[in-house]
Amino acid sequence: MTTATARTERVARTYVTHGRPLWRRVLVTRETAIIALLVAVVAVSVTAVPNFDSPLTVTFLLREIAPILLIALPMTLIIVTEEIDLSVASVVGLASVVTGLCVQAGWPFPAAMALAVAVGTVAGMINGALVTFVGLPSLAVTIGTLALFRGIAVGLLGTTAITDFPETWTALARTNIPGTPVPVVMIVFALLAVVFAVLLHFTPFGRSLYAIGLNKEAAAFSGINVGMTKFWLFVMSGTVAGFAGVYFTLLYNNARGDNATGMELQIIAAVLLGGVSIFGGRGALHGVIAGVLLIGTLGSALRLAGVTSDIINVLTGVLLIGSVVSASLLTWLHRKRVAAVGQRRGRAAAASAGS
Amino acid sequence: MTTAPAPARPFVPGIASLLKARETGIAITLVLVVVAATALNPNFVFSNDGFRDLLLTPSILMVVAVGQAVVIITRNVDLSVGSVVGLTAYFTGRLFIDVPGLPIVAVVLGGVALGALLGLVNGALVAFARVPALVITLGTMYVYRGVNVAWAGSDRINASDMPAAFRALGTGRLLGIPILTILAVVVLVVAAWYLRNLRSGRELYAIGSDPAAAQLYGLRVTRRVLAAFVASGALAGLAGVLFAARYGTVSSNAGFGWELQAIGAAVIGGVAISGGVGTVWGAALGAYLLLTINRALPIIGVDDFWQRAVVGVLIIGAIVLDRVLALRQHRRLVAERERTP
Repeated sequence: MTTATARTERVARTYVTHGRPLWRRVLVTRETAIIALLVAVVAVSVTAVPNFDSPLTVTFLLREIAPILLIALPMTLIIVTEEIDLSVASVVGLASVVTGLCVQAGWPFPAAMALAVAVGTVAGMINGALVTFVGLPSLAVTIGTLALFRGIAVGLLGTTAITDFPETWTALARTNIPGTPVPVVMIVFALLAVVFAVLLHFTPFGRSLYAIGLNKEAAAFSGINVGMTKFWLFVMSGTVAGFAGVYFTLLYNNARGDNATGMELQIIAAVLLGGVSIFGGRGALHGVIAGVLLIGTLGSALRLAGVTSDIINVLTGVLLIGSVVSASLLTWLHRKRVAAVGQRRGRAAAASAGS
Repeated sequence: MTTAPAPARPFVPGIASLLKARETGIAITLVLVVVAATALNPNFVFSNDGFRDLLLTPSILMVVAVGQAVVIITRNVDLSVGSVVGLTAYFTGRLFIDVPGLPIVAVVLGGVALGALLGLVNGALVAFARVPALVITLGTMYVYRGVNVAWAGSDRINASDMPAAFRALGTGRLLGIPILTILAVVVLVVAAWYLRNLRSGRELYAIGSDPAAAQLYGLRVTRRVLAAFVASGALAGLAGVLFAARYGTVSSNAGFGWELQAIGAAVIGGVAISGGVGTVWGAALGAYLLLTINRALPIIGVDDFWQRAVVGVLIIGAIVLDRVLALRQHRRLVAERERTP
């Protein structure tokens, strides 16, 4: 008898759809914090740093961080699935060398560009195949391919540099959208950003990435093809890095084996700063874009203010550590608060039961 | 119900297990590389300088790789070692310039202490804030390198700034063997003995295999991880001091990129990046193989520029091999279980 009444009581219970109201879910997030920080940095720089608001600064800033912005998109997807791709900067270097060699051999530029992007795609396939079909951890694989792709790039070209590219194409990499200080490459970035944002946030494929990042086995049991998903992510990363390599070559009019050395760490730092968890399953693209812009803006403003690049490096490091430690600290505080509330309720219940 | 006593593991490994060990494979590869290079150019081993360089060149990376292996065994990673090497190398030089008359032992200890301190910062952030080591050490890699560049500027330490007795540490020999190599081997043997025989050393493997289980079992995970990072930092610090002694000139980019070389050496040596597997012997042999191949390539007739590609192939080859062996072992164990009723 009593069990029956208990069961009906349980059925009658209603649950709220969300634990927190809408405004808190939108505003109190890592992404919002990073965007706010970006806005603050821009505001302070505009008022305090002379020449920061000139169009030329904006142009140079965007040109310089365009490769990082581009590669950060697929990198976000990869880190959301709890993998990592350390080889991207080496792919940029390899694509740069391939572009240079093709142009030197007299190929028309579009063909050289196509081959460079294809090489990037193949590089991504190698990473993906080693992770998916051989079943290796991506950290180890991409440390290996980091050395391998860079080694091929340096091996192909040695210490020489190719600096002879068609004028029309190098000019294209440096032109702005008419009437604005924004470089043309930002159009490509905007298109890709929309594609990746839709892919990550509004398609079943994108949602499955979060599922994989949170729990691989549960994702596999719910019908997600974990292996192939990862494979395609690495292919995407390789393709975008290949394109970024072509852009890098044109921008600096220079194809060298050691182009973009160390850029992988800048990209990963920016992605993590943007609120993507290295444990996977958490992160959003708008935060990542804000993260890249934040690092870029901070660097550009400080350089204009006469701060040397080593101090900027220190700041990048501190920012990265600060962002993850603060997230960890906030979770800990939240858990403590919830536990304290629970204890208080428990004590109150015990007191009323005793009386 | 009688349970057969488990066969006691002999302290001195038998021939069979020695042949199967991963370290043996790397050692054989290393010998093959040296033999091939020597066959083409006898000076590789048999000249005075050749023999010295053969032992000397990999010694410093070996020390860093041993520290890195200890950290990787606990399922963490230390990306900041390259920056720590650079910072301590510069610090060593500055000590000689700014505090004249300081005994050499004090300077060496000072360098190691600075490295340990930098490692402690990493370890504290990783262990207490429960943030992945990859992120923290990526951050400290930037910070330490930035501090180094800001401190040194375009300035650099020259050989003439350091006393001859200290420089002799880097170039001198004892019974024909470079002192640097002897130091590196001593470090290696102590670390290997600690990891194999001491309780706290075994606990590092337990933590790396399954951190959650280690915590539930009552192991002091926080303390052990912290200690692993301090050890890695201290060894990188020692490597920095040795770097100053060996090369004489220290600019602000000393040790640049060593973190990936050290991780590569550990991975080649069979230390699994997912923790809990591997020995420091393997990591040290990996470091040895890496740098010896670098020196052997030009002699074999491969252009210098392809060195990094070979390193990449080696790393990937090593992890693929590990994976294949692990799968085979797994299948064999399953088959054995099904045979026994």
